[in-house]
Amino acid sequence: MAHFIDRRLNGKNKSSVNRQRFIRRHKRQIKQAVSDAITQRSVSDVITGESISIPSKDLTEPFFHQGKGGVRERVHPGNDQFQSGDKINRPPPESPADGAGDGEASDSGEGNDEFEFQISRDEYLDILFEDLALPNLQQREIANIVETKVVRAGYTSVGLPNNINIVRSLRNSLSRRIAMSGSKRKELRALELRLQCLNGQQAPSNEEMTQLKIDIDHLKALIAKVPFIDDFDLQFNNFAKQPCPSSRAVMFCLMDVSGSMDQGTKEIAKRFYILLYLFLSRTYKTIDVIYIRHHTQAKEVDEHEFFYSQETGGTIVSSALKLMHQIQQQRYPDSQWNIYAAQASDGDNWADDTPTCHEILRRDILPVTRYFSYIEITNRAHQSLWDSYQKLVDSHPRFAIKHIEQVADIYPVFRELFKKQVS
Amino acid sequence: MAKIDSKNDYQEPSTRLDDSPDWTFEKLDLYHQKIKRVAQSYGLQTYPNQIEVITSEQMMDAYSSVGMPIGYNHWSYGKKYIQTKQSYSRGQMGLAYEIVINSNPCIAYLMEENTMTMQALVIAHACYGHNSFFKNNYLFTTWTDADSIIDYLVFAKTFISDCEQKHGVEAVENILDSCHALMNVGVDRYKRPSKISIVEEHQRQKAREEYLQSQVNDLWRTVPKSNQEDTLVKKRFPSEPQENVLYFFEKNAPLLKPWQREVIRIVRKIAQYFYPQKQTQVMNEGWATFWHYTILNTLYDNGTVSDKFMLEFLHHHTNVINQPAYNSPHYSGINPYALGFSMFIDIRRICETPTEEDKRWFPDIAGSDWLETLHFACKNFKDESFISQYLSPHLMREMKLFSVKDDSDKDYIDVQAIHNEQGYQTIRESLAKQYNLSNIEPNIQVFNVEVDGDRSITLRYYPHQKIELADSLQEMLRHLHRLWQFEVILEQVDDVGKVTVIARCPEVADS
Repeated sequence: MAHFIDRRLNGKNKSSVNRQRFIRRHKRQIKQAVSDAITQRSVSDVITGESISIPSKDLTEPFFHQGKGGVRERVHPGNDQFQSGDKINRPPPESPADGAGDGEASDSGEGNDEFEFQISRDEYLDILFEDLALPNLQQREIANIVETKVVRAGYTSVGLPNNINIVRSLRNSLSRRIAMSGSKRKELRALELRLQCLNGQQAPSNEEMTQLKIDIDHLKALIAKVPFIDDFDLQFNNFAKQPCPSSRAVMFCLMDVSGSMDQGTKEIAKRFYILLYLFLSRTYKTIDVIYIRHHTQAKEVDEHEFFYSQETGGTIVSSALKLMHQIQQQRYPDSQWNIYAAQASDGDNWADDTPTCHEILRRDILPVTRYFSYIEITNRAHQSLWDSYQKLVDSHPRFAIKHIEQVADIYPVFRELFKKQVS
Repeated sequence: MAKIDSKNDYQEPSTRLDDSPDWTFEKLDLYHQKIKRVAQSYGLQTYPNQIEVITSEQMMDAYSSVGMPIGYNHWSYGKKYIQTKQSYSRGQMGLAYEIVINSNPCIAYLMEENTMTMQALVIAHACYGHNSFFKNNYLFTTWTDADSIIDYLVFAKTFISDCEQKHGVEAVENILDSCHALMNVGVDRYKRPSKISIVEEHQRQKAREEYLQSQVNDLWRTVPKSNQEDTLVKKRFPSEPQENVLYFFEKNAPLLKPWQREVIRIVRKIAQYFYPQKQTQVMNEGWATFWHYTILNTLYDNGTVSDKFMLEFLHHHTNVINQPAYNSPHYSGINPYALGFSMFIDIRRICETPTEEDKRWFPDIAGSDWLETLHFACKNFKDESFISQYLSPHLMREMKLFSVKDDSDKDYIDVQAIHNEQGYQTIRESLAKQYNLSNIEPNIQVFNVEVDGDRSITLRYYPHQKIELADSLQEMLRHLHRLWQFEVILEQVDDVGKVTVIARCPEVADS
């Protein structure tokens, strides 16, 4: 008898473990492909997955098999011209005469130079940000906890009436009633039995019967007096407040848009912001992004204006820092938000402004931010801003500065900034 | 009994089955019953069938784990899955219509996308063709145990995932990689395996673990023996060369831990299980194709299926048995479906309407009962012997077979024989050899172990017709070395008995 079984509803990802094994094993090659991709592909599709191709020679599974040379006899179908004894010139190596029909040979993957396949967005991001961690995450979580959430925490015997747990309370009530009336019930049963016996007799003794009835009534009254429910029985659902780390983050993007910043430099900065955004989105549920651009004055703008409008004029960096501090104070209290900031610039600043920047950072911004990264995109020598920032680096672990010269530097620099700290 | 029943059935006008393309479970069942009745009337003996309907994704899953319904995890299966999916989604390849597993009950997969006609074809092909081959062919009955394979695979999967828990994924993966590489040299070609149940398997695995370790310890005892014995006779270990390299390693590799030996054993067992399938590709596919063709034609003849059904069926069938000629761009060797199918058809022809030539070539079977002859052929042969027994001159002419000899010492290729009176015998022999696995797979044997010396192991390769080993050699030696952990030497013995070392691991710099 045959059985038909419909397996279509079974899980279809039987191979997903094997797939992960495959990716794990070829991580090195895949990583290479991923980091190539981040610099090559356009900014807007950074959200999608990635098509990865790795050299297939890295994937071969070797086995003992026969190589070339030697004497081989092979039978082929479809003879249209040959007679026995014919001599044919040796055809080029891939011809049928060479190893045709040997199904195993193709396993070695010869003939295909590249093994190409798709990885999903999550796999892509995992590989992209592997070994990276948000700095100072742990310390801050414990230090600055303000948000709490309510969780169940068992039962208590005191509480508000609306938290009464009916099932548990009645269970207590029942067991208390059983316990308190147990001995009396036993007595009652004995008396009732006795009464029955007397009733069955021919000449019941009236006196004893009356006494029995009185005793029975008395016992019944006692049993009835056991209260149905008592304060003692009550059970309440207990709730506790559990501190939880904030899952919200705000990311400040600060950029110099003065005349010296050309579109290419901005593109580099943009990629850095996108990487940061993707990276944060792996840790936080909601992320606000605030764009602040500045030349001599700072202004909060939307994304498009931030990246594509051109301004001219000088550069006063402190204006942006001031604005950032202001916005943060008004809208993003550091007790409820994780604050990140990334500043990009070509290093130009009005010389007199540099000490102000230093001061604002030290006094106002660095104490409240989780991480402040400054990238300088320039081919020239560093100027005063870099030097003054450099002084802050040693004393402030949450502050990092890096220098980027070209697009290809972004990813390595990003990795370095967020390298998992071993300690 | 079955024979009489079915005969009666077919004399009364049969009801025509619904031939609309969509299938339902009711229709599948109806078709299956009809097919089953015909199959029984031809005396096909099968394991009970378990027919599972799956999606194409699941088919790819099954594909990538070499058809095993339950497999342990390994990256190479992931790679195969990605490859399959990639080429399927690009339209470079179609999926197989079915996969059938040599187990009891016999599990066959039907793809949900197939039309009703395809499902009927697959049921006839897999559930009655392959199934009866598995149950009757001597290689399968002696070498594989259909009752216990599923249990064994479950055991293997659990064991390997336990090992991963205990020793880490990477350690297990390394061993598996090496074992997979050596799978081809991990089968017994001559010894007969014993059958055991899953419970015994568990108990024996425990016992084996302890016993093996004690044996190995004994073999590698570090206490030096007295010098006198050494000088007497220098004995080789193993005393006879061993063809099953994995088995030898499992039992004798000096430093392996018990769980590693068990992993080797698992890979070895699975290789052994698939070995008969490699040896009977032409026969197995030919047999199944012959039967789907015969069964569905019988159903057509008695009016159970319609013309429309038949046309679609024949379309698929001719695709399956298509054999491009040697000079066609689609040519990639002889299609086992085509060769096997034609041979079974040809045997039937020889039995039913033999010519003078057939009577000369096949005095035993010309004019005999075709069904009996076919069943005999199915039971008692493998590809190599099947071809050398049954390939007829008629078929060689039909397929226009010719045999070429390619000697790398000469700068031309020699046409040895064509489909004429002088050539038949040569072609038949040379085609049979082509399916002889001991000619195709390299002959590598464990020759010697320096038990008292540096513990190095020497393997010997005996080239077939002067064919050298492929370049994967050095990498293979690294795998051998990973299991053996002392020096591994590979020697080649040529046809005059001259021995040369062709590789060693760890490599020594030439000086």
